[in-house]
Amino acid sequence: MEANIHFPDPSKVREELTQRYPAKVAKKRTKSIIINDPETIPEVQANVRTVPGIITQRGCSYAGCKGVVLGPTRDIVNIVHGPIGCSFYAWLTRRNQTRPETPEHENYITYCFSTDMQEENVVFGGEKKLKQAIQEAYDLFHPKSIAIFSTCPVGLIGDDVHVASKEMREKFGDCNVFGFSCEGYRGVSQSAGHHIANNGVFKHMVGRNNTVKEGKFKLNLLGEYNIGGDAFEIERIFEKAGITLVASFSGNSTVGQLENAHTADLNVIMCHRSINYMGEMMETKYGIPWMKVNFVGAESTAKSLRKIAEYFGDEELKARVEEVIAEEMPKVKAVIDDIRPRTEGKTAMLFVGGSRAHHYQDLFTELGMTTVAAGYEFAHRDDYEGRHVLPSIKVDADSKNIEELKIVADPELYQPRKTEAELEALKEKGLEINGYEGMMKQMMKKSLVVDDVSHYESEKLIEIYKPDIFCAGIKEKYVVQKMGVPLKQLHSYDYGGPYTGFVGATNFYRDIDRMVNNPVWKLIKAPWETAGNGKGAELEASYVTQ
Amino acid sequence: MLLRHTPKEVIAREGLTINPAKTCQPIGAMYAALGIHGCLPHSHGSQGCCSYHRSTLTRHYKEPVMAATSSFTEGASVFGGQANLLAAIETIFSVYEPDIIAVHSTCLSETIGDDLQQITKKAKDDGKIPEGKYVIYASTPSFVGSHVTGYANMVTGIAEQFAQSTGEKKEQINIIAGWMEPSDMREIKKLSKELGVKIVLFPDTSDVLDAPQTGKHEFYPKGGTTVEELKSIGDSSSSLALGCISAEPAAIALDKKCKVPFETVDMPIGLSATDRFIMSLSKAAGVEVPDEITAERGRLIDVMTDMEQYFYGKKVALFGDPDQIIPLTEFLLDLNMKPIHIVSGTPGQRFEKRMKEILRRIPEANFKNGLNADMFLLHQWMKNEPVDLLIGNTYGKYIARDENVPFLRFGFPILDRIGHSYFPNIGYSGSLRLLEKILNAFMDRQDREALEEKFELVM
Ligand code: SF4
Ligand code: SF4
Repeated sequence: MEANIHFPDPSKVREELTQRYPAKVAKKRTKSIIINDPETIPEVQANVRTVPGIITQRGCSYAGCKGVVLGPTRDIVNIVHGPIGCSFYAWLTRRNQTRPETPEHENYITYCFSTDMQEENVVFGGEKKLKQAIQEAYDLFHPKSIAIFSTCPVGLIGDDVHVASKEMREKFGDCNVFGFSCEGYRGVSQSAGHHIANNGVFKHMVGRNNTVKEGKFKLNLLGEYNIGGDAFEIERIFEKAGITLVASFSGNSTVGQLENAHTADLNVIMCHRSINYMGEMMETKYGIPWMKVNFVGAESTAKSLRKIAEYFGDEELKARVEEVIAEEMPKVKAVIDDIRPRTEGKTAMLFVGGSRAHHYQDLFTELGMTTVAAGYEFAHRDDYEGRHVLPSIKVDADSKNIEELKIVADPELYQPRKTEAELEALKEKGLEINGYEGMMKQMMKKSLVVDDVSHYESEKLIEIYKPDIFCAGIKEKYVVQKMGVPLKQLHSYDYGGPYTGFVGATNFYRDIDRMVNNPVWKLIKAPWETAGNGKGAELEASYVTQ
Repeated sequence: MLLRHTPKEVIAREGLTINPAKTCQPIGAMYAALGIHGCLPHSHGSQGCCSYHRSTLTRHYKEPVMAATSSFTEGASVFGGQANLLAAIETIFSVYEPDIIAVHSTCLSETIGDDLQQITKKAKDDGKIPEGKYVIYASTPSFVGSHVTGYANMVTGIAEQFAQSTGEKKEQINIIAGWMEPSDMREIKKLSKELGVKIVLFPDTSDVLDAPQTGKHEFYPKGGTTVEELKSIGDSSSSLALGCISAEPAAIALDKKCKVPFETVDMPIGLSATDRFIMSLSKAAGVEVPDEITAERGRLIDVMTDMEQYFYGKKVALFGDPDQIIPLTEFLLDLNMKPIHIVSGTPGQRFEKRMKEILRRIPEANFKNGLNADMFLLHQWMKNEPVDLLIGNTYGKYIARDENVPFLRFGFPILDRIGHSYFPNIGYSGSLRLLEKILNAFMDRQDREALEEKFELVM
């Protein structure tokens, strides 16, 4: 597809983006700024270190582990072992909504737990204080699970959170205590923490409860964190379609769900970056295939539902899914028919996360808007170019020290849900079984792909392309808006949402319509600034006192 | 219930902090550095800390908060971060062109033992700092102190590293701002102007973190204390430090380096603290207090007398930072209210000493600061002895909703309302605004909950 949008000369753009950098930095950044061609997808440098001094969007491994993956499960007590800040900043700031079964059921999401490490703990070791903290948490709450997260100083001073956890787990007997070595310096971004979290959840939680839940079509939803209620909307649709959700990783989830996840017959993956490890490990150990889906966008939701029905291959389910789509779509259409004339032909840029910069392009397409440039904050090459590049990705020093679990088929529980031949047949039908095609295949020729975009590059991109809307996070929000361009936060949704499913799509259409057409953007200049030569209104009359 | 697991019974904790009433040093250092004109704060550590600090400040101000990071990876954590910082300095000066880079350390670089003084010296010796530009630093590990002491450390670094004494005294007074909002700093400048005193206020985040929407992003907004002004503070006749924890250390350092005598007063929150501020400043400058200021004071007192019935005996729980909580508690007492539960996560004996003095009249008051003085404890105290009002940062709203208590947002961070950056809480007019908000909280509740026959038109 060729855009009817005029793209500036991409090689010039690249030059302009990097010319201020010192030579070595420019050379490095150039490899992450790529002109797209969906036919022959070029290589994007990704998941490499950010240059020191560059103002980056990225956070740390701890944020990816505790903040993203473990944070949304409501009945774990998450204790952050380290100085106070790390825990404080991850306290309720990600908007993972959760709905306990009753007012009495456990929910620790509103709490912030920390060992508040002091200088003497850094000098003499903090394990004693950690164990004390675990004991106090146990005595106060008697939770099912306590998870321990290591922050930067912990690894350096040699505290072993795993040994401490094991000791306490054995001491309690009825509380599963486990630790994560997710120190912020590991890897190059949040991404390392996702991997560490996947490993820990797989090792310590999945497979602990073999009760098989009732239901004909049982699946797990992976990589959906219920920000702004996204998972609620997907749950609503599943229920309507007769699909049983065994576990969600990890929006609106419980310990019990995660421990039972291996009894499902399919894993559907939303955010490939943060959770693909889990999909793979469950496939190897239990024989559950995974499939990439996308519930962002009404059309995408319909497509994903059809893929799920196709996977289960059940005519009744297929019919039910069609009924649900037929019921939901008219409501969506009514909204889009009203809005689209006002958004058609506008342009968007998305620089965010590890999957959202891809998923949200579907919503913009539904609005008739073009994505002129996009990139991830912490994704890998496979999220850009597709999983077929996996064998050719070089493992560098930063990735090497993140543990790869050696998984083998479980002697008792391994049970392939589909035969090889069945899986092949499903792939033929276009289902992304154990696969992901990445973002670039879907983007326009000549559009720009930038990995780990810097502040400087974003400002330049805005100057050059003048997009109608820019999507990023809180740190970029007011910078971009000061430039007169609305910014949609795609981590926190600007405290709105949900944006998934059918209801979510209409929420998003309305929000974007409001933002790109808000009259306030035209009021920025004072009348005396725009009048005359711009230096002030010329006097047209004088008032003389008598 | 949002905080459904908080039991009434208080059991002493030593290991576990729950719902902290503080955060870490570097965010304070970052905030202080933003109050210097043309300065880019730099976080020497992994990029996570920097990202968190920027995010929190951005949510509080709804403004751009620019800062860079040394982006440590595992290698830097093992071999030290010198190479990262040197590379960062070079990149920052060529790409972002600040006049000053203000480096603060993090837990990570402190644990490794990076010496910021030595590294910045090396940067200078290696010619990485362009002519007329500066790299300053402050040590801010979070396993010591809190965000408040981090602020103090950076302000001290600013004073120490810029102040010069030429031997010729200037007719100006330094006002060292404790951790306060841009609106409060603007108010300090306004009051000083009314008094006719020439001051150098530092740091000064007004016109930085309340910058106007112009359609253009100013990477270095108009505000902030300038390098020229900062160099001159060593020649000022005296310094007035606003707050014993967040401002006084800089005043001491300046006195040591350039012999500038200082006085420490409380942040001017409430009537009595503002009285002391005005007295001290007018005395230091040798000026008389103009009628306008006396009238402003009179208006505050007027409302205090008019509405006294609504304040009398009201019990209050509050949490926050010592330099604000101390004068605020005093103000509540001036209003005839009863502050009975107070916590601050920031350690230091000054707090306890001052609180003891201020709370003499209320022997039953609970207060605690430092380790394990957290919001979980405060909430438990509230369950044992309920209050009529809760004052604190945004995180207090979870307690307020569970306990159905009117809630006044005050302190840092405020993530869910605007106003703090635009309307001051200090001086007489700022205190009047505080008073109005407290009053509204009570009256709104009365209007909401009164029996129909008791619903009042005039209040
Ligand atoms: S490591 Fe230290 S500086 Fe960084 S966020 Fe945690 S407490 Fe703050
Ligand atoms: S980089 Fe390290 S110290 Fe900073 S927030 Fe992440 S874990 Fe905490």
